[in-house]
Amino acid sequence: MYGRKVKLRFFFVLSVLFILAFSAFLILKSLEENVIYFQSPSEIKSLSEIEKKKIRVGGMVKGGSISIQATDLKFVITDFKNEINVVYSGAIPNLFEEGKGVVAEGFLKDKNFFLATKILAKHDENYMPPEVKAAIEEK
Amino acid sequence: MFKYFQPNKIFSVTSRAPKYVFILFITVLSIGLVESLILSPEDYKQSHSVRIMYVHVPAAWITLGIFSSMTFLSIIGYIFKIRNFFLISKSLAPSGLVFNIIALVTGSIWGKPTWGTWWAWDARITSMLILGLFYIMYLIVWRIYEDDEKAFRMSSIITILGIINVPIIKYSVDWWNTLHQSSSINILAKSSIHSSMLLPLVIMTAAFALFSLLIFLMKYNTELIKIKNKGLDRL
Repeated sequence: MYGRKVKLRFFFVLSVLFILAFSAFLILKSLEENVIYFQSPSEIKSLSEIEKKKIRVGGMVKGGSISIQATDLKFVITDFKNEINVVYSGAIPNLFEEGKGVVAEGFLKDKNFFLATKILAKHDENYMPPEVKAAIEEK
Repeated sequence: MFKYFQPNKIFSVTSRAPKYVFILFITVLSIGLVESLILSPEDYKQSHSVRIMYVHVPAAWITLGIFSSMTFLSIIGYIFKIRNFFLISKSLAPSGLVFNIIALVTGSIWGKPTWGTWWAWDARITSMLILGLFYIMYLIVWRIYEDDEKAFRMSSIITILGIINVPIIKYSVDWWNTLHQSSSINILAKSSIHSSMLLPLVIMTAAFALFSLLIFLMKYNTELIKIKNKGLDRL
């Protein structure tokens, strides 16, 4: 139906796309450590050595774990398997609260203790009016 | 069948279309803005800053949709040697770039009160920025190459290189840990966005799509006039 040249161009484009997709996959695979924005407490636990450079830890703020002592804010980040204690002093975002997502940037002192220099609240994908939220909580 | 695109015939339609599209756009945009700014409820957590989403998400969808269409048109244009498709693709690019910038800027405005930062180098945001760079490269190519054939070829290469980034943008939030939340709207599963918030989102998407169509028609008419002036009766 189509000419030989048309077919040739079609398979050329197809193979170019395939090669590009495959190279992109390999590049991203090898850069995975840099692509991820934060590590979970479980990933911190499985580290073989404590990193000196600045890292980010993310997860949920454990319920009832926030405590304020003088200028220090202490809380626990959990991924429901492992936990890490965080100490921070500075401004906190509005959406930072217990039971919600958080990303802390800073330095790891040991596998259970993280000294944060910056805190970001992570918003989840749920959007609903307050009344609906109240109705869900009643159930 | 592709060979018989008559610029005059196309022009007789596309030159009259913009004013109707414009009226429709204003109507849909007004409904969308009333719906998203006044009628829709505030979010239980973010309160009123959720309204930024009604601009942010449609803009992101439209910019991804436009880049995908541009790539599709460029590839088909290259395989079947249809000049018209390259011109359609060229005319689509500016509104795609505009919505890309809108998505980045509104995301930044939303990020400050919600996350606590204007910008984060996470996978979703960075890949979106890269898409913007591809749009810019694409538009620059059309400026650089005076020769049509060269511009067709180079612009197609840019779209093919850039399209690899599109699935990365879409799935970045699922593949890696990102600060950006994952998708709220699922076609197969239940969406995690309440229906009262989905409605303004859909209307705003329609409004932005109409805006892109309007800008596209204006750009495309310019292209057709250029061809007419060159004295070519056929694309």
